[in-house]
Amino acid sequence: MKELSREEVLKIARLARLELEDKEIETLRRELGAILGYVARLGEAGADNLDPTFQTLAKPTPMREDEPDEPLGADGVLANAPRKKDGFFVVPKVIE
Amino acid sequence: MKGDYEAVIGLEIHVQMSTRTKMFCSCPVEFGAPPNQNTCPVCTGMPGVLPVINARAVEYAVKAALALGAKVNLKSVMARKNYFYPDLPKGYQISQYELPLAEGGQVVIETENGEKVIRLVRLHIEEDAGKLIHDEKGESLVDLNRAGTPLMEIVTMPDLSSPQEASAFMREVRKIMRYLGISEGDMEKGHLRCDANVSVRRRGEAQLGTKTEVKNMNSFRFVEKALEYEIRRQVQILEEGGEVVQETRLFDPSTGTTRSMRSKEEAHDYRYFPDPDLIPLVLDKNWVDRIEENLPELPRAKKERYIKELNLPPYDAGVLTETKEIAEFFEKVVAEGVSPKKASNWVMVEVMRIIKEKELNIRHLALSPSSLAKLIRMVEEGKLTGNMAKDVLDVCASTGKDPEEVAQEKGYEVLSDEGELESVVRKIVDEHPDEVQKYLSGKDKIIGWFVGQVMRELKGKADPRKAGELVRRILNEKKGS
Repeated sequence: MKELSREEVLKIARLARLELEDKEIETLRRELGAILGYVARLGEAGADNLDPTFQTLAKPTPMREDEPDEPLGADGVLANAPRKKDGFFVVPKVIE
Repeated sequence: MKGDYEAVIGLEIHVQMSTRTKMFCSCPVEFGAPPNQNTCPVCTGMPGVLPVINARAVEYAVKAALALGAKVNLKSVMARKNYFYPDLPKGYQISQYELPLAEGGQVVIETENGEKVIRLVRLHIEEDAGKLIHDEKGESLVDLNRAGTPLMEIVTMPDLSSPQEASAFMREVRKIMRYLGISEGDMEKGHLRCDANVSVRRRGEAQLGTKTEVKNMNSFRFVEKALEYEIRRQVQILEEGGEVVQETRLFDPSTGTTRSMRSKEEAHDYRYFPDPDLIPLVLDKNWVDRIEENLPELPRAKKERYIKELNLPPYDAGVLTETKEIAEFFEKVVAEGVSPKKASNWVMVEVMRIIKEKELNIRHLALSPSSLAKLIRMVEEGKLTGNMAKDVLDVCASTGKDPEEVAQEKGYEVLSDEGELESVVRKIVDEHPDEVQKYLSGKDKIIGWFVGQVMRELKGKADPRKAGELVRRILNEKKGS
């Protein structure tokens, strides 16, 4: 089974906003490698002539009419917010 | 830009569709609502909810695709674009990746060197993110009203070669979207937003230079300013022997410059995958065909028709087709039997002046096309002078009254009795022998002065054209004597 490099694990962790300890990195190198190796077997199935399967539901696309409904609104949506102010969620400053 | 460099520009334009509700939930889309009012568990990314596609948004996007000559994919797939930002509550944006709604197509723009075809790569559906407000206390406030608003993304090939072409492209796209009635295209409300991929290379060189991506250009003027700055910056780097770094840069409207967004470097790893919550979007071919059959006449086709069939000058045709509403108004005036050039003059000059003064959309003008047609006919028949007609038009435009009625109320009536007109002309001529002498000695322009006297005597009730003819005839009689 191919192991992931330490850099690969750290990159994925960064993208997922995960903070890892050193020993977790080692475990994940092995485990992620095993998962990817397992999924990679699909590539051997020879499906070149098949249309890709995006979904297994054999239903037509459900759609809705463009009719507005009563929204939940600020009070409801903010009910569980850790921090709020004047109808807004409050988060640490993010600015480019 | 220095003469020996050329710019290569590709655009991604986001168009907000004018649906009543969001892309995947029934929350109303509304500008300026109190923060987070138009939100629900779906558009705020609560666990356990399912998105359901807005049929109208799909219809609008298909309309746009067909109008742009793109190929509509009868099967397309919604995908998740993953990144973390506080204005994106789910941690991913629902967009399209591998199989977009439509591919190909083109937009023709007008440039200094004539028409230019800008090829399109694709058109897809996606949802907008929320809005962030940064307060002075070092906090950011999140408003999710906009989160989930239906957008169309239109991606061009790198066919644009100047900031002016880029803004012309954006204008043309906005015009088409408005003709289709699928976006209000209000720049101030962010209905049209644009990112650009820009690179420069020495003229004649085949290989593309390293590109940067410039974000946050939300007006025609900003697109031009941002691209001008970015092109200048890249040329300068190359001139100094440096290398352009591939990166994302943010346009800052307050300084007119672009600056690097280092934080975005990794964000390009979006890890797209098909959204398991949404079944592929399958469209019925007949439905798509029906939409295509019912597309309205688009601005370019209309302009060409005005030039070819109505014999209008290209300038007139361009002005009249700038918005669908003005074109429709003009066409209704012509349908009343007014000659196209006359109708064009009145609409372009007088009607557009009134609209501008009143800051009105022509749809809300009290003047009907048939009233304008009637007014133009009254002038043609010599019942009103041009100046009287303009006065009458102003009243009609604010009251919606019939022009005949307004003319009567104002006591506007052109002297139809030629005998009376002639006697006034003779009286004026007799009273001014000095001016008559001037005419006889070759000062032809004095005729205008005589007409002015006649008009004053008759309080403007004469047809100046007719008065002019009479003045000339009577003055010429003096020549012989």
